[in-house]
Amino acid sequence: MEQKIRGGTSLTDHALTAGEALLTHWQVKSDYRWDAGAALSRFLEGLKHGQILGIHCPQCRRTLVPPRVFCERCFRPLEQWVPLYDTGKLITYSVSYVNWDATRRRTPEIPAVIELDGASPGIGILHLLGEAGGSLSEITARLGAGTPVQAVWKPAAEREGAITDIRYFRPVGG
Amino acid sequence: MGGERIAIVGAGCTGLRLRTPEASFRELVFQAAQKAYADAGVRPQEVSAFVSVAENYNEGAAIADEYVPDQLGAVLKPVHAVAGDGITGLASLVMQLETGQLDIGVIEGHSKASNVLHPAHILALALDPIYTRPLRFHPHYVAGMEMRAFLAATGNTQEQAALAAAQNRKNALANPLAAYGASLTVEQVLASPPEAEPLKLGDIAPPADGAVVLVLARESMLGTLKGKPVFINGIGWSQDTPNIEDRELHRAAYAEQAAQMAYRMAGISDAASQIDLAEVDDTFSYKELQHLEALGLAPPGQAGNLLEAGVFSPQGRLPVNVSGGHLGCGYAHEMSSLRSVLEVVLQLRGEAGARQLPGARVGLAQSWRGIPTASGAVVVLGRE
Repeated sequence: MEQKIRGGTSLTDHALTAGEALLTHWQVKSDYRWDAGAALSRFLEGLKHGQILGIHCPQCRRTLVPPRVFCERCFRPLEQWVPLYDTGKLITYSVSYVNWDATRRRTPEIPAVIELDGASPGIGILHLLGEAGGSLSEITARLGAGTPVQAVWKPAAEREGAITDIRYFRPVGG
Repeated sequence: MGGERIAIVGAGCTGLRLRTPEASFRELVFQAAQKAYADAGVRPQEVSAFVSVAENYNEGAAIADEYVPDQLGAVLKPVHAVAGDGITGLASLVMQLETGQLDIGVIEGHSKASNVLHPAHILALALDPIYTRPLRFHPHYVAGMEMRAFLAATGNTQEQAALAAAQNRKNALANPLAAYGASLTVEQVLASPPEAEPLKLGDIAPPADGAVVLVLARESMLGTLKGKPVFINGIGWSQDTPNIEDRELHRAAYAEQAAQMAYRMAGISDAASQIDLAEVDDTFSYKELQHLEALGLAPPGQAGNLLEAGVFSPQGRLPVNVSGGHLGCGYAHEMSSLRSVLEVVLQLRGEAGARQLPGARVGLAQSWRGIPTASGAVVVLGRE
């Protein structure tokens, strides 16, 4: 923008790069070592062993994932752990064409919410989809609410107890 | 106060500790909330207003308050985030209940200070980025300059500030919620490494983790609740200019203003004689003395002398920080001053255990938002 507003002088790229304008840098050193807590620690430990763990609330009878030590609806402690399947069905997804720096991606990424088999209806985990096609038309033809999917895991030796121990979910059948 | 009176009817605290690796902040808050709800005899479904005090940079998450509802039982309820200290958040909740539209309110504060790996860098982000931060001092210099100005202007001494630290660490030995109880001498505090002279390491409240949840209700609700009520008879807050160099560094003008506002509401005309106990911000030792004078609990220049005379000890005429204060309990971010309120509530209810003061009827809790701010709040609590 090279427009003058009320007699002021607009900044040019040159003014910044040539040091004509004050440019102050501050490197933010904001590192955290978050305590994952009882519930998520056990969940992540499960992933390391190729297992997805949920937790059951005997009051509202929902099976929740990711697990938590309390039911946010019933406000009661939870302790009934339930192994879930690594299969499920799509609740919804998006096809993402933007990189972090706002440049365009040639091949899109597909973030999705997946209702895992064994979890309650509507209880989903957020992850990526893969092997779902390269173009938008292929992807949208292949995927829809209810499309069955299955986890594609990293090899056991590469797992570290992180959500990325699952590489992605892929559509199955159909 | 204007309309119906507001009371604290339930309190829960995890206790403070140096580290809490076994629990997430959500799990800490859930523990405190369960205790507070059981104490009040209330179910979260009956709560109509929630307040959360948290600073994003301390949490490592933007819009940190959005992570609050689940562990409070506040999903799909009104949650109000207050970017301020605990008692400022409490003031917000009091105002919400004062509208008469809401019956029962809850406030939460928590700290995972142990998870912040470079706290001085986070603190530095509070300094002005253009003309203060580029000087690149460790931010504790603000406290060092304030302390020097305060001691010089009032005649209080470095030894008396050290005594405040030693006394609070000692008081904390009788408080099972406290993280830093210790038998320290004034000499040991004075011999601790210099931080930002005259401020020494021993003058600084060390960090701690924990969570506090308080339940408040309008007076007309008290019949339906089992919690022993402690009334909020006055509350006030104030904020000075952010320009460090333009403030009167020797004075805590924000605390003077906040106290006057709270005293006016509570009908307090002579604080030193009408208040039975005080939990006063002691994030730095000299702050306790400065705040005592600002609150009118000590005449100007006399806080240190009264401290030496034993007036503010648990056996004295006006016990101060009988809980151990932040120096003894640990500095727990915005939760800190809710822990101060909790102590006054326990004392007024007669539930403070080994540190129970006899016959306390009126108590005060005061907060400071910390470096580099000059803002804070005061609440006056009463058994009736």
